Amino acid sequence: MHIPDGVINGATSAGFGVAAAGGVGVAIRRTGAYLSERQVPLAGLVAAFVFAAQMFNFPVISGMSGHLLGGLLAAVLVGPWAAFLVLTVVLVVQGVFFADGGLSALGLNIVNMGVIAPFGGYAVYRVLLRVLPRGTQMVTLAAGLAAFVSVVLAATGFVIEFAIGGTADVSTGAVLTAMLGAHVLIGIGEGLLTGLIVGAVMASRPDLVYGVPVPPVTTTAEVM
Amino acid sequence: MDRRTRTFLVVGLIVVIVFAVGVSQFASDDPDGLEYVAEQEGFLDTAEEHALSGSPLADYGEDLTDNPGLNTAVAGVVGTVLTLMVGYGIFWVARRVGGRGDARSTPET
Repeated sequence: MHIPDGVINGATSAGFGVAAAGGVGVAIRRTGAYLSERQVPLAGLVAAFVFAAQMFNFPVISGMSGHLLGGLLAAVLVGPWAAFLVLTVVLVVQGVFFADGGLSALGLNIVNMGVIAPFGGYAVYRVLLRVLPRGTQMVTLAAGLAAFVSVVLAATGFVIEFAIGGTADVSTGAVLTAMLGAHVLIGIGEGLLTGLIVGAVMASRPDLVYGVPVPPVTTTAEVM
Repeated sequence: MDRRTRTFLVVGLIVVIVFAVGVSQFASDDPDGLEYVAEQEGFLDTAEEHALSGSPLADYGEDLTDNPGLNTAVAGVVGTVLTLMVGYGIFWVARRVGGRGDARSTPET
C-alpha cells in the first residue's frame, strides 16, 4: 500500500512528512531506552526481512495482489517504537533506491505502515493476550489476529489522508468501502504470514521476542 | 554475543535471502490493494511518475537486464544489504542516544 506522488496534495503530504520526521527523532530515543544490546542485530534483521517479504506479492483475488506489511510482526518481535524505525528504514530504502512509494508521500506511508499498523496492531495484540488463555500458541494466535487488524487500520489511515487531501474528486465513502474490502482479504495473508514467523521465532528463541508477557523459565536458565 | 544467538541470526539471514532472491521470483504482477482500489475508484490517474523512476534499480531492477529473474535477485540482494546496514546503523545509534535499555528485556549477564 505504498502511496505514489500526486494522489494526496502537497500540503497534506508535507504535513505528514514533518510529523514523521519528528516521530523518528522520538522513536530513536524511545527505542534506545528499552532495546537491549543483543536485540540490535535482531532489529536490523527484522528490517531486512520486512524489505525482502514486501517483494513477494501474493495473489489475493483476480487482478489484485497483496504483500506483507510487517508492522505488527516487527512490533511483537522488537517493540512498537523499534517497529516504527524498521518500517521507516524499509520505506526510505524502497523510495530512494527502488522507486517504490512516492518521495513526497514518504511521510504518509510512514504514518500508515510505521505508526498506525505497529502501534494500533500492538494495542490489539495486548488486549488479545489478556483475553486468550496463556501459552506459546496463544502468542502466535494473538499476533496473527492483530496482524490482520493492523492491515485494516493502515488501510483506514490512507482513507483519512485521502479525505484530508485527496487530489481526485472521488467520494471518501466509496474509497473507504473499497479499501476495507480489499484489505480485509490482504489482512488474512498478513495474519497467516505473521503467525507463521512469530510461531517459528517463539519455537526457537522466545527470550528474544519483545512482546512475550512472561519470559519462559527454561530459557532464563540457559542464558546464565 | 552467545553462540545460540549467533546461530539464530545466521539462520534468520538465510531466511531473509531466500525471500529476497527466491520467494520474490514468484511474486504476482497484479496491482496491490491500494493500486487496485485506485483503478476501481478512478483515481489512479492522479498518481505521478516516481521522481527517481530512471534510477538503475527502479521497480526492483525491472530494466536492469533482459533476464527478469536475475533483475529481481539483484534487487533483492542489494535491498536486503542496504536495509540491513541502515537498520543496524539506526538501532546502534538508538542504543547510544537512548542510553541504558535493559529494563524491559531479558538479562544479558
